[in-house]
This record gives sequence, C-alpha cells and structure tokens, in this order.
Amino acid sequence: MCSEKGKGEAMFTIDVSAFDDLLSAIKAKGYALLGPTIRDRVVVYDQISGSKDLPIGWSDRQEGGTYRLNKRKDQAFFGYSVGPQTWKKFLYPDHLKLWEAHSDGSRIEIEPATPESRRYALIGIRPCELAALAIHDRIFLEGPYLDPHYQALRADTFLLAVNCTEPGGTCFCHSMGSGPAVKQGFDLALTEIVENDDHYFLVNPGSDRGAEILQEVVYHEATAEETARAEKALSDAEYRMGRYMDIDNIRELLYRNLEHPYWEEIAKRCLNCANCTLVCPTCFCSTVEDSTDLSGASASRTRMWDSCFTSQFSYIHGGSVRQSAMARYRQWITHKLASWQDQFGTSGCVGCGRCITWCPVGIDITEAVWALRESEGETRREKTQLTGV
Amino acid sequence: MLPQVDPMLPTLYQIEKVTKETEDTFTLALNPAQTDGLPPFQPGQFNMLYIYGVGEVPISISGDPAIPRTLVHTTRAVGTVTRAMKQLKKDQQIGIRGPYGSHWPVTEAIGDDIVLVAGGIGLAPLRPALYQVLAMRERFGKVVLLYGTRTPEDILFKKELENWRKRFDLEVYVTVDRATGNWYGNVGVVPSLIPKAPFDPHQTTAMICGPEVMMRFTVHALQNRGMATQNIYVSMERNMKCAIGLCGHCQLGPTFICKDGPVYRFDVIERLFDKREL
Repeated sequence: MCSEKGKGEAMFTIDVSAFDDLLSAIKAKGYALLGPTIRDRVVVYDQISGSKDLPIGWSDRQEGGTYRLNKRKDQAFFGYSVGPQTWKKFLYPDHLKLWEAHSDGSRIEIEPATPESRRYALIGIRPCELAALAIHDRIFLEGPYLDPHYQALRADTFLLAVNCTEPGGTCFCHSMGSGPAVKQGFDLALTEIVENDDHYFLVNPGSDRGAEILQEVVYHEATAEETARAEKALSDAEYRMGRYMDIDNIRELLYRNLEHPYWEEIAKRCLNCANCTLVCPTCFCSTVEDSTDLSGASASRTRMWDSCFTSQFSYIHGGSVRQSAMARYRQWITHKLASWQDQFGTSGCVGCGRCITWCPVGIDITEAVWALRESEGETRREKTQLTGV
Repeated sequence: MLPQVDPMLPTLYQIEKVTKETEDTFTLALNPAQTDGLPPFQPGQFNMLYIYGVGEVPISISGDPAIPRTLVHTTRAVGTVTRAMKQLKKDQQIGIRGPYGSHWPVTEAIGDDIVLVAGGIGLAPLRPALYQVLAMRERFGKVVLLYGTRTPEDILFKKELENWRKRFDLEVYVTVDRATGNWYGNVGVVPSLIPKAPFDPHQTTAMICGPEVMMRFTVHALQNRGMATQNIYVSMERNMKCAIGLCGHCQLGPTFICKDGPVYRFDVIERLFDKREL
C-alpha cells in the first residue's frame, strides 16, 4: 500500500512528452493500464494503451441531469472532471460468480470460485475517487468479514492520481475534504499545467514504488514558479466547484429529520431509477442470484450490484419495508451522510457530484442538505464562509 | 479479522427430519453432511439456509444450544425458498452458513425473573433461550412465557407447550386473537397478558419476538408495569442477502441486523422503532 506523503513534499516536473514514458514504465512493471477514454460521448474508464486513448482536448459541462462534452481550446490531458463510471467496476465488479454447485438429486457439491488477482494501474484517478477507494477498503477489507474477491483484485493496485484543476459543475469535493488535491493513498500524483505554450505535469511521489517509476522518465526538480502555478490552479479549483455542502453536524441534522416533510417533496420527483446508486463511487450494496442450468445438474450464485431504490431491496414476507419513494430516498441520503459515519467512521459521500449529474430529474444532494438546514431556520451560507476565506 | 475462508460458502447439512407444526409452518432437523459442522450457536442467532438452485434465506435457530451438532430451524412457508424447503425429505442436502448475529442475554440475566413474549412464529427464535434457561433453572427467579397466535390452529410446538405448562417452575400463558373450534383459553392480544403476569418488574429481563406492532405494544405494557427499556430485548427482521455486513440490505438506522442484531436491547433502537418504513 501507499505511504502517507502529501502536499508540501519535494515536487518534480515532467514535460507532457514524458507522460507516455511514465505509462510505459508502469506497464513494464506488469500493471494493466486503466484510464479515462471517450465512448458514446462520455468519459468512461477502460483499458488504455497510452495518452492517445485519453480524452485529450476535451472538457465537460455538468449540471443537475446534464452532461455534455465540449472541445477545449488547449490539448489538456485531464481537462474534464468525472464521468458516470467509477473504478468500482474493476475492483468490485457488477456481476461476480461466487461459487458453483453440482447435484445428482440428493448430494450437493459446492465449488468455490477462486478469487482472481489483478494488477491494475488506475491512471487518472481523482482525489474524490481515491477517497472512495479508501472507503471501500475499509468496508471490504477491515472485517469482521472480508471480501476475498475484492481483496484479490485490490491487492496490488498502482494509483496514478491526477489533481483536479478543472472541477465540474456538480463537484463539491472541497466541502467533503476529499479534494481538489490528493492528500494520501497514491503512488504518484500529477497536477497538469497547460498555459500558453507550456504543458507539463508536476509530480508528487506518494510511495516508494511511485518514486521508482519516476526514475524511469526524464524529470527535473520543480521550480518555484512551477510549484506556485500548480498551487494556484488547485486553490482556484476549490472555488470553481459548482456545488458546496455544509457538513457541520450533518449526522445529527439527518437523524433529527427522519420525519421531515421535505422527503415527500423529493419523492414527487424521484423516479426510483437507482442511477444515483449506480454512479456513486462508494455505494456498495449487492444482492445474490441463485440459478441452475437447464438440466438442474449445476447451480451457481452470482453477486450483483443492488440499489436501495428498488422495492425488492427491503422485501420481507408480506411486502417491502420501504414501500414509498420517500422512504427510499431518505434511506439513501441518511445512510450516505449520517449512518455511514456510525458504520465505517467516515462519510459515505466524497463530493464527486455524479448523483446530481446523472439523476434524470436533477435531484441534488447538496440542495437536500440546504433544504433541511433552512427548514430549521439556518440561513444558507456563502461558499466563501464554508471554505474559510 | 476472521480466518481466510470464503464467508459466502455454505457448509452442507443433511435433513434428519421434517416435522409439520401447523398448516404453513414446519421444523427441519439437520446434521452435518461431513464430520465438521458449524461452530456452536447462542440462543437468538440465525443461519442462512440454501436450497440447491433455489436460493438462500435467513432463519433463526429454534433448537437447543446444548445440542449444537443438530441444527433445528422452524419457519413458515411464505416465499419461493421456504416453500421449496417444506418439500425436502430425509437425507436430502441443504447448505448452511452461520451462526450469525447477536443473541438473547440469557447468561447475563442470571438472578433475574425472565419474561419471554412470543407472537406467532416468534416463538421459534425464543425457544433456544427457554431451553437454556430451563437447563439452569435454579439460577433464575420466576420464568414466564407469554405466547399469542392468530388462532388455536397456529400454535407452535403444542406438545412441548403442554409439557412446559405442567411444570411448577414455569408460568405459561397462551392467548389467541380469534377463538376457533373448542378453544376455552385466553382470547386477546399478547400484551394483554402482561398486567397479570407474575414477575418483579424491577428485576426482570424481558425478551420479545414477534411482528413489530406486537413488540411495540408489548414494550409499552412492560413499561406500564415499571420495567426499564434497558432490560427489554427485541428481535428484528429485515431483508438479508449476505449476513456478514457487506450487502447493505438489513440496515436498521446505523445498525446492520445481521451483526448488530437481530437481538437488540430496546433502548438502543428505540428512536428507530416508531419510524415508518425505516
């Protein structure tokens, strides 16, 4: 795992032309390169072979229920924010066979599925996504029971993080304390600078193996001007995010408003489509499906992503516990922002904004929190009051 | 952290006996198919039962914790899996994972009067607690079992109930919502038995299992007798897929029923209990 180095450590600079050398060096260590690429007019995560697969020169415009890619004036490699997919599709696959069974009608034999090991390099993982990864590590690896499949897929992951200098319209990681600059848990962290004719990356090694990879490419110690530019880009990014959330005593706020009329207001719009849970980088709920082949001689159990927005999710004999849209939305947001803290010692929200962008009707988690606060007589504070400027 | 075995992998058991209890409820007695069975269980805990190719469901253990090798489960045939389970015959195999969850505080209650309150199928998860109490009967004060069902035909474990009623060291009261046939016993809901039940409210541990509405009114009745909520325990139920705290289905507020429950001290979940659709 990565050591905990952060901002303020020695910084290095690589020219944009050295980026592919960096990827080659990572690949040479035996990692499969996964990174952002464009498909169906959105940024998705998939296998990449080099910088040519990245969404170079693209940016995105995100709002509640809106996502559009736009051409940039420059050739930035990472000039967009997060798309609908998350890295959990690799480390916590949406379908996973847990075991197979065979039967001759009376005896049953169960064959476990051996957890598959993978060595993934996550190229361009964002600070909010690193925070989400740390949350999944805590859920799946810290017991009392651990998930052997997640453990095998996650055992050796190279993390090439990219700081966010181009936050999106629904981003609020700064409010959640997870960005726009990475703090810990990475191997290498890049900050991209594209200004006039300059195009380079500041590189911050966060682990020994990250530092080793850096040795394989041409770099120099960052100049004071380069460091200052990166720092300015990141501090500007803090204020360019389209959303912000006041998380002060948020757990208590949610708990004391379990029976608030606002939930009914949301329910009038919520389609129970489960998009928010599918795009969320931390949502981890799953179900299992047991099936047989046509002959009945083989059976298997498959684990699949599930969502608390379905009626089946809470079904017990006689009916669903959460029958209304009101109850399902309340469960989701209360879990995310409040009970997650009791369960895992951390918020379940990292401020990536995906649930806002990909909600077909633009329901906004940050607005929900403001609405509860305002109903209690609080006045909405300005962004600058929250971020301490 | 637990040893590196896949926690989603069932252990095979063999049907020893299927007993019909009422029209829609039955009891399975199971023995390990191989030499090693699951670890011993505590009263109130549950197992995940897998029917080949059909599915897996959580069912509380209704047998005697002093005989841990044979697992006994009593359930109602209400869904696809439990209906398939009802069709099982001796020597057929079934997959089991467990035991899971919190347990009734029987040893913690030594020295107290014990009040067990069961509604319908809720008697099944309480029976192991009663077995454990009776196994060291002299270490408790009064022991009371209050049991209610919809009709006399729904009464579980009839023979056993009759034997318990014959004991001088155990008070058993049974009531039905609706009298049918030649029922001459109590008619009314279970909480109505509480005002007259013989126990000292200031030195009693109460354990309740039944539908949520029945448990709510039972708690109120116990409080009216002067009992503190710290001495009242309830067993909760939610949808459950993994039973190991990873699938997210069984959340009740900040808790997971599979590991923080199913047995809760009432004051711990009191604030969640009256909220609809939580």
